[in-house]
Amino acid sequence: MNDMTQNNLERALKIVGTRPPRPDGVDKVTGRALFGSDKSLPNMLVGRVLRSPYAHAKIISIDTSKAEVLNGVKSIVTCADFEDFPSEFVPNGEMIVNLKDITRNIMAREKVLYVGHTVAAVAATSEDIAEKALGLIDIKYEVLPHVLEVEDAEKPDAPVLHEDMMTIGIEPSPKKASNVAKRVEFGFGDVEKGFAEADLIVEREFTTQQVHQGYIEPHACLASVSEDGQADLWCTTQGAFVVRNFCSKLLGLSAAQIKVTASEIGGGFGGKTVVYLEPLALALSRKSGRPVKMEMSRAEVFTSSGPTSGAKVWVKIGVKNDGRIIAGDCVLKYQAGAFQGAPVGPGAMCAFAPYDMVNVRAVGYDIVVNRPKVSAYRAPGGPISEYGVESVLDEIALKLEMDPIEIRLKNAAKEGTIAPYGPKLGPIGMIETLEAAKAHPHYSAPLGPNQGRGIASGFWFNIGGETSSSITINEDGTVGLTLGTTDIGGSRASMAMMASEELGVPMDLIKPVIGDTNSLGFNFLTGGSRATFSTGMTVVRSTREAIEELKKRAALLWEVDLNQVEWVDGHARLIAGDEPKTMSLAQIAKQAGKTGGPIMANCSMNVTGAGPSLGTHIVDVEVDTETGKVSIVRYTAIQDAGKAIHPAYVEGQMQGGAVQGIGWALNEEYIYNDKGELENTGFLDYRIPVCSDVPMIDTVIVEVPNPNHPYGVRGVGETPIIPPLAAISNAVSRATNIRFNELPLSPPKVLAKLMHG
Amino acid sequence: MEYVTPQSASEASQALLQEGAFALAGGTDLLVKLKTRFVSPSIVVDIKRVPKIMTIEQSAEGWWIGAATPCAEIVEHDSLSKDWSGIVEALSLIGSTQIQGRATLGGNLCNASPAADSVPALIAAGATCVISGQTKEREEAVENIVTAPGITTLSKGEFIIGFKLPKPKLRSGDAYLRLIPRSEMDIAVVGAGVSLSVTEDGKIEAVRVSLGAIAPTQVLLTGLEDIFVGKEPDDDAIQKLVAVAEKACKPIKDKRGTIEYRTKIAGVLAKRAFAIALKRANGY
Repeated sequence: MNDMTQNNLERALKIVGTRPPRPDGVDKVTGRALFGSDKSLPNMLVGRVLRSPYAHAKIISIDTSKAEVLNGVKSIVTCADFEDFPSEFVPNGEMIVNLKDITRNIMAREKVLYVGHTVAAVAATSEDIAEKALGLIDIKYEVLPHVLEVEDAEKPDAPVLHEDMMTIGIEPSPKKASNVAKRVEFGFGDVEKGFAEADLIVEREFTTQQVHQGYIEPHACLASVSEDGQADLWCTTQGAFVVRNFCSKLLGLSAAQIKVTASEIGGGFGGKTVVYLEPLALALSRKSGRPVKMEMSRAEVFTSSGPTSGAKVWVKIGVKNDGRIIAGDCVLKYQAGAFQGAPVGPGAMCAFAPYDMVNVRAVGYDIVVNRPKVSAYRAPGGPISEYGVESVLDEIALKLEMDPIEIRLKNAAKEGTIAPYGPKLGPIGMIETLEAAKAHPHYSAPLGPNQGRGIASGFWFNIGGETSSSITINEDGTVGLTLGTTDIGGSRASMAMMASEELGVPMDLIKPVIGDTNSLGFNFLTGGSRATFSTGMTVVRSTREAIEELKKRAALLWEVDLNQVEWVDGHARLIAGDEPKTMSLAQIAKQAGKTGGPIMANCSMNVTGAGPSLGTHIVDVEVDTETGKVSIVRYTAIQDAGKAIHPAYVEGQMQGGAVQGIGWALNEEYIYNDKGELENTGFLDYRIPVCSDVPMIDTVIVEVPNPNHPYGVRGVGETPIIPPLAAISNAVSRATNIRFNELPLSPPKVLAKLMHG
Repeated sequence: MEYVTPQSASEASQALLQEGAFALAGGTDLLVKLKTRFVSPSIVVDIKRVPKIMTIEQSAEGWWIGAATPCAEIVEHDSLSKDWSGIVEALSLIGSTQIQGRATLGGNLCNASPAADSVPALIAAGATCVISGQTKEREEAVENIVTAPGITTLSKGEFIIGFKLPKPKLRSGDAYLRLIPRSEMDIAVVGAGVSLSVTEDGKIEAVRVSLGAIAPTQVLLTGLEDIFVGKEPDDDAIQKLVAVAEKACKPIKDKRGTIEYRTKIAGVLAKRAFAIALKRANGY
């Protein structure tokens, strides 16, 4: 077997690095692709959810008797239908989850903790009957005071969401319950000493609002549980295996009893890494004996799925006069929503990670409030903390009259730098992306009146994780790939390209499919920018194993030793001998039956060695000083991809991340009224950008190979949402000569600041 | 739920008199309300087959625009666009291209939203609407239709057949501007429609300004004659216009903007729309 880290960049690549059409493209553009709500089964019921009208209330009683006797109602489930769990933390992507909380989030038990919290679910023969049944369920509540903001939730007299929540990470351990779930701290050196040595210190507070991933496809699933307890689940998810594991635990089924098939996915961005409807549909199906289909409305997606945290961020940076950072300190307070698990850990870890720090400290607090429990959102926690750091750094550059790229170059992390969260970094592309930004024509283009240019960088870790895939050489010389990570951004194309490159056969002979949970070993979900890196690793490895087998078969047919056969351009080739002798993959495949049977290989591993990806964004904004409206005039995203397998999809990730960041920076926010009800539960007033809001996002792919991957791949999906927040805020600040430190930079907020400072 | 397609105005009025009847033109509001279970009509009266309700006609007096004419048809009507650029601009801002293929002027007015884009432009233009009732037709100025959000002066059984726009005066122009946080597919935080004409020597002959989304209904600004008519519109007059616009605001604070913000923007947009209308009147 070849060395897995064999650097394929040293040989000429034929497929990797090109831009072929995606294998799933035709189905997507013709509407043939099946998404979460596109499947139906005979005798199927419709499932609907009854949700809490209160932000915080005790459930006194639930009476479903009237709904149960309504003609057409086939099953109703409440918390009584789900087992309770002790508090136990298990990893889920880049988040840690607790089954005690998960079972309460999918179905409220003692209390409802946010408007939209599930309290019951109904399966009926029609939508109208299900809706009518919801109205017949009688729930008595004792309404409690609620709390929405971290600064209120921390107060000693704040309403406490969980009476048993003692802050973790504080010595001595508190005796009184509070809304602060945990405190984390990362860093090294002595920040106080560093600040004492600084020539200039800037200290600022920032606010960001709760935002949603805004995937276009709402959560949807179709569950069917048979009389012997075998469950079949079709759903839109970033991780079928993770859904299987959650559901098997929540429903008391074994992993073997549940088969989960992931549909095509209409966006996830981290939000489809947990379960909401799936266990309800399974429970309703088990109780009724009929298939149950469920789908969230857009309003339910906003009120009852998992957006990311709003936060308060305090940042203090001290520099020497030459721009060298001597100390960096930050405190992050993130909303967790109703249950703990805000992404404050990763936020604290990456806050200063683009830089080579001497003295650094990042403290984070995970704080529960009466909002929906947060889920992962593209680089969870990173955009918030790095927004604060990158904003302060911009202000320092202005005060020192330094170029904002120069100050970053002066402090850039590089190979060998100790990251603020502990490890020594391998080769990374911070300097390379900054140099590319400096050299880009955008950076030196003239600005018009009321325009400003902002710069910001971003760091994200990326992950590997448990991965399993297989390759089959078909008897006609075509190739099947079975992959276990949901394709959310073109990974089927990238996997087929890597297999094609290795095998030396055209990509259109390779058919990649996403397998269900019975077809492969466990696969961790698509998240942490891990799919191209991790699944790519298993695909390369299993393809090389298949090539070894193909060579073996050729050696058998030629009656020579295996070491006499090499693999070149899709053919086995006899090394010795006067005349060149070759046998194509198709010829070997055709004779597989008589040389030992079908040829297939698989690879299952816990992939390690993910390489962090760094990005730098340049943005020009124009501010209408009479209305406060900010327009994005020009945008360039530069990022280290390690190696772009399919550059168009890497660019797509960079553009998509930038656009989501633009939405976060300019208009997106959860707006609550004083009753704790979300006021903007649709895309009309929850303003993700529309096409005309953004210019074409220019991209530059930098390639500093990750030495731990055969093609040098790093993850690329998450980094690009990090720089936009600070880049846009810095641009607006430079356009107006007023420092902005609150998001979103919506017209009313910008105008208020311009008018009143 | 019953669905009917009356072939005449009186038939439509009859149908609309029934309990739980809702008029359907383009359906861009009604269908959304149906799907979100906000309304549950017992009878949906599709008024699109009523004669003249989907036509655009020019006469010596001016223009007729059928109340159920899709916005897209109006937007693509060249000579109407030349005569009333501001109104056409307002229509071209509603929803999206797809929505404009269905959305109608009559629906935009009768939905009675303070933020309806076409309404300030129509009011500024001095448009009237022809209302069909059970026994008779009547004509009413557009500004007299909406009395509060969701409420109009139309009686049970009445519906709008069409709008009459006067023939534009020589040296006249109109304009409509709105502020939205996005660049399209949004609802006006503030809207401003201006229609004016100038004399040969550059003085203002007549001016009407109407604002949207700054009060429970669209507002026709008053007192502008004293400021503008017979004079050249100088900076001082424009500042007065801004003050009148701001004073007319009785907005709510909601998710789309604060009172302070809406008030400030009303002045800014009135000023900017005035400048565009003036340019057009002067033939630029």
